[in-house]
Amino acid sequence: MTIRITVRVNGTEYARDVEPRLLLIHFLRDELGLTGSHWGCDTSNCGACVVWLDAKPVKSCTLLAAMADGHQLRTVEGLERDGRLDPVQQGFIECHGLQCGFCTPGMMMTARWLLDHHPDPDEAQIREAISGQVCRCTGYENIVRAIQWAAEHKT
Amino acid sequence: MQVPSHVEYERATSVEHALSLLSRPETRVVAGGHSLIPMMKLRLAQPELLVDINGLAELAFITLSSDGDELRIGALARHADLLDSDLAARHFLIFRDAERVVADPIVRLWGTVGGSLCQADPSEDLSAAFAAARATAVIRTPDGQRTVPVREFHRGPYETVVGRGELLAEIRVPINNGTGSAYEKVSRRVGDWSIAAVGAVLTLEHKEIKEAGLGLTAVGAEHFVAEQAEDYLRGRAPGEDTFKAAASIAAQHCHPAADQRGPEDYKRHLVAELTTRALRRAAERAENSP
Repeated sequence: MTIRITVRVNGTEYARDVEPRLLLIHFLRDELGLTGSHWGCDTSNCGACVVWLDAKPVKSCTLLAAMADGHQLRTVEGLERDGRLDPVQQGFIECHGLQCGFCTPGMMMTARWLLDHHPDPDEAQIREAISGQVCRCTGYENIVRAIQWAAEHKT
Repeated sequence: MQVPSHVEYERATSVEHALSLLSRPETRVVAGGHSLIPMMKLRLAQPELLVDINGLAELAFITLSSDGDELRIGALARHADLLDSDLAARHFLIFRDAERVVADPIVRLWGTVGGSLCQADPSEDLSAAFAAARATAVIRTPDGQRTVPVREFHRGPYETVVGRGELLAEIRVPINNGTGSAYEKVSRRVGDWSIAAVGAVLTLEHKEIKEAGLGLTAVGAEHFVAEQAEDYLRGRAPGEDTFKAAASIAAQHCHPAADQRGPEDYKRHLVAELTTRALRRAAERAENSP
């Protein structure tokens, strides 16, 4: 049995027939081809799959695609605006905020959310914000610096 | 790859609609989904129908009762809502203490207060906090509603008194003057389940403990409470000796199981130490409360 869902992802509307048990991360990657979000631990621990549902980040391995029906989604592909990288993305480049790149999409989506709510976070706030996300390269120092860089370069 | 079993999905448009959908056997409520969906992925839960209540804004609130005697928390309030609520913190810092150490910031945006209580995980933090505060659960039923003390809400691990066709709607926490509260948890790493945790709620009057609530997490305490220690505290003067004696009683009367988080004697040691710390902070806060 499938149900029809309609979502708006990064400003584009998509309608698909899905099984209710389909997880949001697989919907984004396999149905819509948006492979920027990574499917990681599958247990809501690592945060590589973080996307925004409406205005809030969520671990998309722990949400059903059906639950997003009628809502807006934003993925890492939607950070860039008019061909310009988001300051968070630029910060990751400037500060070497990624090594293997696996945790990067989730880190950046959470960072964008943090900076939208706390434009000038201190280091403790940044570390708390990403505390539900794992960088298995252990590159946390540079991720924190990248987010600080983004806070200092707001546009 | 973890994939849930086949399931049907319905979105509730009102509490009444949710109740009628929930009358079907093998039906589960999904709100934040951060306990249920992982269990479905592991096939530990295989409901036939999911009822999504995320649209029921009438269940998402944190407010005072009209007479100001109770803090009312809607079942659909998110962990982040309770953590950030200045109203809740004004009356019960135990909830801010506990919410700060529930999972991680992203999970707290979705996981709900009602979902935590209904999951009835023995290691879940809010059950002990609400038990310590002698809160009451309001359960909507096809005929209206019924209220159950949180201390009678859990039948055992992963089992509550919420029956088929019913829905936990709200938790009410009685507010008393001269009350302070605190929650102390030890876990292996940030965001993990408790090895042990203790919540304390103390009401002081004329430099005496008028009422004490002690909730224990993850150590096999019946209904998450340390009743014998509460009995010991009532009527005594707050202070280090009293707190340590109560802590020792709490440690004796719980039933921790040895597991990958630690052996039994270590957990009893934690219960004693955390009970002392929680009582100390609760008493300080009670002295500074109106």
